[in-house]
Amino acid sequence: MSEPESDRMIEAEPGGNRESGRKPRAGRGRDADDAPPEAIVAIPLRHPWRNVVAVLLVLGLAVFVLDAAQRSDYGWSDVGKYIFDRRISQAAWVTLWLTIYAMIGAIVIGLLLAIMRLSPNPVLKSIAWLYIWIFRGTPVYVQLVFWGIVSLIYPVFTLGIPFMEPWVTIPNEVFTNLFITAVIGLALNEAAYMSEIVRAGLLSVDEGQEEASTALAMSWGQTMRYVVVPQAMKIIIPPTGNEVISMLKTTSLVAAIPLSIDLYGVSRGISAVTFTPVPLLIVASLWYLLFTSVLMVGQHFIEKRFSRGTGRLKAGKEPVTPGPAPTAVPGTPAPPLGTDFGGKG
Amino acid sequence: MTDAPMVLAERVSKNFGTNKVLRGISLEVDPGEVLCIVGPSGSGKSTFLRCINHLERVDGGRLSVDGQLVGYRQKGDKLYELKLKEAAFQRQEIGMVFQRFNLFPHLTAVENIILAPMRVKGLSKAKATERAKELLERVGLGDKGDAYPAHLSGGQQQRVAIARALAMDPKLMLFDEPTSALDPELVGEVLDVMKELAKSGMTMIVVTHEMGFAREVADTLVFMDEGVVVEAGPPRQILSDPQHDRTKAFLSKVL
Repeated sequence: MSEPESDRMIEAEPGGNRESGRKPRAGRGRDADDAPPEAIVAIPLRHPWRNVVAVLLVLGLAVFVLDAAQRSDYGWSDVGKYIFDRRISQAAWVTLWLTIYAMIGAIVIGLLLAIMRLSPNPVLKSIAWLYIWIFRGTPVYVQLVFWGIVSLIYPVFTLGIPFMEPWVTIPNEVFTNLFITAVIGLALNEAAYMSEIVRAGLLSVDEGQEEASTALAMSWGQTMRYVVVPQAMKIIIPPTGNEVISMLKTTSLVAAIPLSIDLYGVSRGISAVTFTPVPLLIVASLWYLLFTSVLMVGQHFIEKRFSRGTGRLKAGKEPVTPGPAPTAVPGTPAPPLGTDFGGKG
Repeated sequence: MTDAPMVLAERVSKNFGTNKVLRGISLEVDPGEVLCIVGPSGSGKSTFLRCINHLERVDGGRLSVDGQLVGYRQKGDKLYELKLKEAAFQRQEIGMVFQRFNLFPHLTAVENIILAPMRVKGLSKAKATERAKELLERVGLGDKGDAYPAHLSGGQQQRVAIARALAMDPKLMLFDEPTSALDPELVGEVLDVMKELAKSGMTMIVVTHEMGFAREVADTLVFMDEGVVVEAGPPRQILSDPQHDRTKAFLSKVL
């Protein structure tokens, strides 16, 4: 309660221009703003070393930039030539879709795993634990290599009784499509991380919420959907944003499958022909940076959306007057003492 | 309506592991009656309340609400645990108000109130909202419909929580220390809403430390300690002339 008030007192100018809407609070002898203390006049603390370090760093950076600008290995003209190259922008598109599909898969599987781990069923619990243990405990690069050769291990899918003539046989077209293989490989790995994020989010919601929802006769599914998950989102979104950014970069590892139509793969392919690896690495990096920057901005807005109902009111959003007396019931006292809580702003 | 009790507890017991929290609670609450339960913390009052709407499973004895066994179904002489859906159906008629309000913080006051009527009873949004506004008016918060819980005082939050429970049109209201988490100056506004509710004929079971409220509103006062009902009767009688030593000791500390 008193927090925003003390903020205001610090901000108040020495002249003491009281906020017009503010009324003296009940039970207090006088308004604290009536006699503002004299502003402190002091010589601010100096930080000479900060300046020295800053100058040194700026100088160092300038030297590096000037040097890099004239070093032929960087091939700046090639950077300019390839940055908007059709092949590169198409590859960037592929990287983007790899990221999107893999993250959607990871979130769905991760949510499933998180719910399995929180379920009272010990079988589901152990399966989820085992999954996370394996997929988090091995490198994603190794996993991608494995998914790349799955089509050799399982050339066909069959349905039937083991060790008998199968009823249905379908050629394995899932893992012969390298793009789909990449999406599956990335999603399965990421799901292990997402499940932990989702689980932390679900656990962060106060038990009383589930209880209140249950007491209102809502089913477990409704409780999850309308009460728990929306609140868990606030905890889940920020790390998920980080995971998306991380996934965008991890897609460069699909070379292990080997899929070479993504941003990094194509850049490497071009440089293998032109023998100019450095400018193409710079081109790829600039595209990655563009995407991650956009994602960071997007993350900011999504976080805002899901933090509704928390945080303080903005000044002036709520009327300053105390709430009207409850019109309700005979025997209800005059304005309840608590209503001036709304008048914070 | 007949005079069948709204709540009938016969030697209800409940254990948490080896810890016997309820050791044979027997009591009756008639329709329209207000029952207040007092007692030291850890005496099992809240657990008993939570058993009534099956938030906790009863381990022994019989507990029924409006003639229906809570949490179980009887077939012949065997008891079957209810499915989650069936248990949820039973809870529709029992409203509960919690010590810590437990409003949904991501929803406004009105949204808090209309959620269950819409999702459980299938009311239209317009209808549910209209009813929510009536209820908010009734608890004296007609102008706070769009406020999020974080922007309401504790007393206001608790009144919204009462409105939320009432929105399901319960036959029975359970209050679990509804004023214990409130600043002293906010207690009155919540108790006033509860008094009005009692006057309107609602059957209520109230776990409370507010002796004044119990004296004024309760038809029956129950003193619980260590999982048993030590003493029960008209509040004036128990408060002024307790028979049992444990009741005397407790009352001497709180009055």
